[in-house]
Amino acid sequence: MGSIIAQRLIGSIPILVIVSLITFAMIHLIPGDPATAIAGLSATSEQISNIRHDLGLDQPLLAQLGHWYLNLARGDLGRSLLLGQPVLEATMQRLPITLALSAYALALTLLLGLGSGIIAALKQNTFIDQCAMMFAMLGISLPNFYLGLLMIVVFAVHLGWLPTGGYVPLTEDPIGWLATSTMPAISLALLLTGLLARITRSTMLEVLRQDYIRTARAKGLSERKVVTKHALANALIPITTVIGIVISLLISGSVVTESLFSIPGIGQLLTQAVLNRDYPMVQGGLMITTTLLVLVNIGVDVCYALLDPRVRY
Amino acid sequence: MRRYRFRHSVLWRLLHHRLFVLGAILFGIIVIAAALAPLIAPLDPNKLSMRNKFQPPSWNYLFGTDNFGRSLWSRVIWGAQLSMFIGSAVVLINAVAGTAIGAAAGYFRRLDNMVMRINDALMAFPAVLLAIAVTAVLGPSVSDVIIALSIVYTPRTARIVRSSVVVLREMEYVQAARAAGAGDWRILSRHVLPNAMAPLLVQLSFLFAYAVLTEATLSFLGVGAVPPTPTWGNIMAEGRQYMTDAPWIITIPGAALMITVLGLNLLGDGLRDVLDPRLRIQQ
Repeated sequence: MGSIIAQRLIGSIPILVIVSLITFAMIHLIPGDPATAIAGLSATSEQISNIRHDLGLDQPLLAQLGHWYLNLARGDLGRSLLLGQPVLEATMQRLPITLALSAYALALTLLLGLGSGIIAALKQNTFIDQCAMMFAMLGISLPNFYLGLLMIVVFAVHLGWLPTGGYVPLTEDPIGWLATSTMPAISLALLLTGLLARITRSTMLEVLRQDYIRTARAKGLSERKVVTKHALANALIPITTVIGIVISLLISGSVVTESLFSIPGIGQLLTQAVLNRDYPMVQGGLMITTTLLVLVNIGVDVCYALLDPRVRY
Repeated sequence: MRRYRFRHSVLWRLLHHRLFVLGAILFGIIVIAAALAPLIAPLDPNKLSMRNKFQPPSWNYLFGTDNFGRSLWSRVIWGAQLSMFIGSAVVLINAVAGTAIGAAAGYFRRLDNMVMRINDALMAFPAVLLAIAVTAVLGPSVSDVIIALSIVYTPRTARIVRSSVVVLREMEYVQAARAAGAGDWRILSRHVLPNAMAPLLVQLSFLFAYAVLTEATLSFLGVGAVPPTPTWGNIMAEGRQYMTDAPWIITIPGAALMITVLGLNLLGDGLRDVLDPRLRIQQ
């Protein structure tokens, strides 16, 4: 197990190096002078040269790259121009909010996606199967911000059951958190539920056709035992590999969901940073979330290797 | 003669795939509306008419009007044209660049490791975040959105092409062609790539859907094409504050977006079932 983790960590180093290079290069790809672009139209030449100095843009490119890595190693991602706060600190304040929402959405996705996929596979080609797959198709086709808007109109504005947006910290008021997070979590989970239901169904069908399932049935096991002990146990293994993709999509989805429901998470932080040309924040936020995703994927691979003894890296 | 029968059978199977046909109809409606925009939506999508603001859908204004009295019918139809344009441009760039990168990585082993690491790094970024970061760098305009979406999605296409090429490269008929003296270019273009087209085609139809969806997301967030450009995302972002009194401003472009994505997803599923049975979700 230790060797698998070590191997995967080493394998991720080149990817993280390239990710950091791309992130570093971003600010230099701004057409024209980045400092002028950041300062805006009304800036004086003194303000522009201050920004240039603050961001180190007045140094040679290699020196800037060296600084970038030195600072990365120290966990210093610069200072947000908009918030005036260190990028790492701002990100870490917002991260738990996004993670809590993502966890809620992930729980919904697993419950509904796995459940409907398994039922659809067991009732293959029946009305239930067709309904489940139709909902899955709608799920992957309905834009999450559209669903979010529709839910706000129906459940918040017309019925008044849930607040239109805003955020209550989970630690302060769990019920309030549930009320403010339910619509965002549903709108985030919908796409992923559709994806997961489709993958679960096809994997289950694949497993159900295997010889060992026939053997299990032939030796007289109850259908329930066949499904839970033999089919599900084996179908869930390949499905774990999808979880990495699901989490990446959750983070992507949270960008628009958080803006829509005014939830002060990472997604909203980065959207604001982009709209206000706060490049250190964009660079740092992108670097942190992508590194976390790479680590999540390593975790998923390790789980996969642990669950399936045939997998050896 | 044989060639004719083969084509005949693929088309025949596609036309007998009910969901593919449904997808073709849904997507077809949007494509036709976009193509005929100057004819069916002659009103300027940006023409202000404050006297007529917030008109609900009626015979005069088929989809109603928005907060500036602009005809939503015109805006949604012209928005369709822009969505189709951005989607096709991204698909075209992906088809060319993704095939070139994937084929080079899959066929020439020396390139494989380096190219695929860069690919993996680009794919490690969350898609929407990378897209908004790229538009932050380039600026908000239609061409920059196309570039951003191409940067985000080309690595995914390249990966799919590469995985087919790696398998095809080792096929006996490819070795036979090599033994017969065919060069790399001829082997790639005549023997390998034509057989890698099926998964690529399936990918491109889903990609069209992602491109349209992500473009709408970007303009909804305010980092896509600048208002008053009529994109579905822009219309919905502007209609957001009036959604209680004038819900049609968000529901109609949203429905158009959903029909497009649903149609393309159904097309992609159908193509996959018919062209690439290995990936088939069992019927």
